[in-house]
Amino acid sequence: MERMIRPSIELTAEERGVLAMVAGYMIPASVEHGMPGADDPAILADIVASLDRDATGVRTALARILDMAGGGFGALPRDEVRDLLEAFRTGNRELAGLLEMVVARSYYADDRVMLALDLEPRPPFPKGYEVEQGDLALLDPVRARGPIWRAVDTKGDEV
Amino acid sequence: MQSKAAHNPEPVDVLIIGAGASGAALAWSLAETRMRIVCLEQGDWPVPSAFPANRRDWEGRTYEDYAISPNRRGLPADYPINDDDSPIKVANYNGVGGGTVFYAAHFPRLHPSDFRVRSLDGVAEDWPIDYDTLAPFYDLNDRKMGVASLAGDPAYPEKPAVMPPIPMGRTGEVLGTAMNRLGWHWWPSDAAIATQEYDGRAPCINLGQCGSGCAQGAKASTDITYWQEAIRSRVEVRTGCRVARIETNAEGMASGAVYYDREGREIFQTAEIVVVACNGVGTPRLLLNSASGRFPDGLANSSGLVGRNLMLHPYAQIRGHFDQPMDSLRGSPICTWSMEFYETDAARGFLRGYAYQFSRGMGPVRTAINGMADGLIPWGADHHAAMRRLFGHSAGMVSICEDLPEEHNRVTLDESLRDGDGIPAPKITYTLSDNSRKMLEHSVARGREILAEAGARDITSKTLLPYAGWHLMGTARMGRDPERSVVNEWGRAHDVRNLFIVDGSLFVTSGGVNPTSTIQALALYIGDRIKARIYDLFD
Ligand SMILES: Cc1cc2nc3c(=O)[nH]c(=O)nc-3n(C[C@H](O)[C@H](O)[C@H](O)COP(=O)(O)OP(=O)(O)OC[C@H]3O[C@@H](n4cnc5c(N)ncnc54)[C@H](O)[C@@H]3O)c2cc1C
Ligand code: SF4
Repeated sequence: MERMIRPSIELTAEERGVLAMVAGYMIPASVEHGMPGADDPAILADIVASLDRDATGVRTALARILDMAGGGFGALPRDEVRDLLEAFRTGNRELAGLLEMVVARSYYADDRVMLALDLEPRPPFPKGYEVEQGDLALLDPVRARGPIWRAVDTKGDEV
Repeated sequence: MQSKAAHNPEPVDVLIIGAGASGAALAWSLAETRMRIVCLEQGDWPVPSAFPANRRDWEGRTYEDYAISPNRRGLPADYPINDDDSPIKVANYNGVGGGTVFYAAHFPRLHPSDFRVRSLDGVAEDWPIDYDTLAPFYDLNDRKMGVASLAGDPAYPEKPAVMPPIPMGRTGEVLGTAMNRLGWHWWPSDAAIATQEYDGRAPCINLGQCGSGCAQGAKASTDITYWQEAIRSRVEVRTGCRVARIETNAEGMASGAVYYDREGREIFQTAEIVVVACNGVGTPRLLLNSASGRFPDGLANSSGLVGRNLMLHPYAQIRGHFDQPMDSLRGSPICTWSMEFYETDAARGFLRGYAYQFSRGMGPVRTAINGMADGLIPWGADHHAAMRRLFGHSAGMVSICEDLPEEHNRVTLDESLRDGDGIPAPKITYTLSDNSRKMLEHSVARGREILAEAGARDITSKTLLPYAGWHLMGTARMGRDPERSVVNEWGRAHDVRNLFIVDGSLFVTSGGVNPTSTIQALALYIGDRIKARIYDLFD
């Protein structure tokens, strides 16, 4: 069970650096789709500022990655970072899921990312959205089949 | 507990504890009596302008202050719930409106057979009332809440439609077409969502954010339905007031309740009638916390059933992805339902049955989080292409399985956990039965068939959704036999003649549909019985 009271936690510079590398690897920039990476400074700042209830869990995840790297994570070549992070993801589903959550919730709220996904960069309210009503004639076969509920009399017997 | 100054307000005729779905309906029902009615609610009034849908980070906020788990939120209005011993975790909202502030407003009724499961299928127990008894109260509640539906559903006895149904959208059409090919029942859902101007409420604009509060005010949460009328009729709602225990007098009657106000002061509110409406977890917690010399095992607990027979509705989820664009994040999350597998068919290997709720897509944040968790979206350069295959292209369903009552599934008081006022917190102990497991598996297999028939790819399923304990039922059930039930057939405690229970705890069985329309119909029915017997209520 999670705790009711959460301490306020600041990431260290090292933790921030690892988080940036994880975010940048998880969702890299894409020239093809015109999208920034999740390590973009504005997105990363939002990730860090939004850790809130997950700060402790994220620190645990980052510590696990540092542990697996045996210290020099920041200096690892690209393909070793990839191998290490994939191994981390496979072996630590819960912690990896936590990192996925904190990265995705800031990344996919960024204006540039929303525009690239053909979404208007705005909150749902007050403009709302259109949804097609749908063709109610599709229900004709359901009606044609007749009642399917189980009738019971007052004594509880099926009728 | 720290010591607090006492301050005792004027006595009242009726004290309602809990301002959620049922407390609101009962308050409205009794308001016409002109009795002095006060409702104590531990939370606040929800503030629609603060709901996530108003802000750019709307999806992120549903994981924080607007999370459905009280343990995750941990706000002052919340009390912790130890659900470590349950595979299904509790979801609720503590504030005026209760769970209706966060609910999806999917509003099915129980079916006639649900009230007679012992007679029909030889399991659990029959209810002491039947569908026909509740039918007028279902109809009344549909009008008061403002329910959108399409008349003529062959899965139900005839019921009137209050306003046009919510849009089926592409999801409804695509999955409905597949259901037609399979020859299986489906129908637009009854939804407590205004699809037109209704009783001062604006129509739904498809924000898709019913699960974290409707900023438009289209969804029928009781803060904007029953409570508005009840307050105009002089019912008082006192917020920020958490009830610690109900007190009794020498006659064994409830004399009122002790609560803590926002400043932490301990206050005793005297009342002639006490009504508990704290939901299937909050109500047994309060009754157990009200143990005294007169009621050593908890108030109204001579049957030993307070807290027992907890039913949570196990849910499975089956989702797929389509080449054509679907409704995406637009529209109320649930659009249609199926009752094809609702009634017992012994050939399926389990008793009773389940309903499907067909659901639309998700926003980009949730799509990405779920897609990565399901292994459909990788880390690295291929992330973007995979995300584009899923986002805006998903649809699916959840199955909601009838949860049969079992005494070992229960709410007790945790030995050490306390809320912010130092009141003992509840503990949930729950195991999934074999019957439920078989039902879940059946629903996943049929759900996969439906999605395959609809042409979906990348189909995923979860046989038990863990964070889906939003239906809390059975922990103070109704019945005629005081040894087998906590309250009688009109909601009065067998042991305490001026104590009533009106919330989801009353359920004798759970049915395989969402409970709120039945919870509120029961509250209206009990209100009606109280009014009809007002001169010999305590006999
Ligand atoms: C995310 C989510 C989605 C849902 N979707 C649906 C749906 O689509 N359809 C459906 O039918 N149902 C749905 N539900 C369930 C629905 O919300 C509940 O069935 C309904 O609200 C229960 O009504 P109730 O009156 O029993 O309790 P509640 O509505 O939970 O109200 C109980 C109230 O009592 C207060 N309280 C508790 N203890 C105390 C105390 N000691 N002192 C003072 N106040 C107290 C609480 O703060 C709360 O406001 C959903 C619920 C959630 C959380
Ligand atoms: S979909 Fe409709 S009911 Fe749901 S939040 Fe949006 S406007 Fe409100």
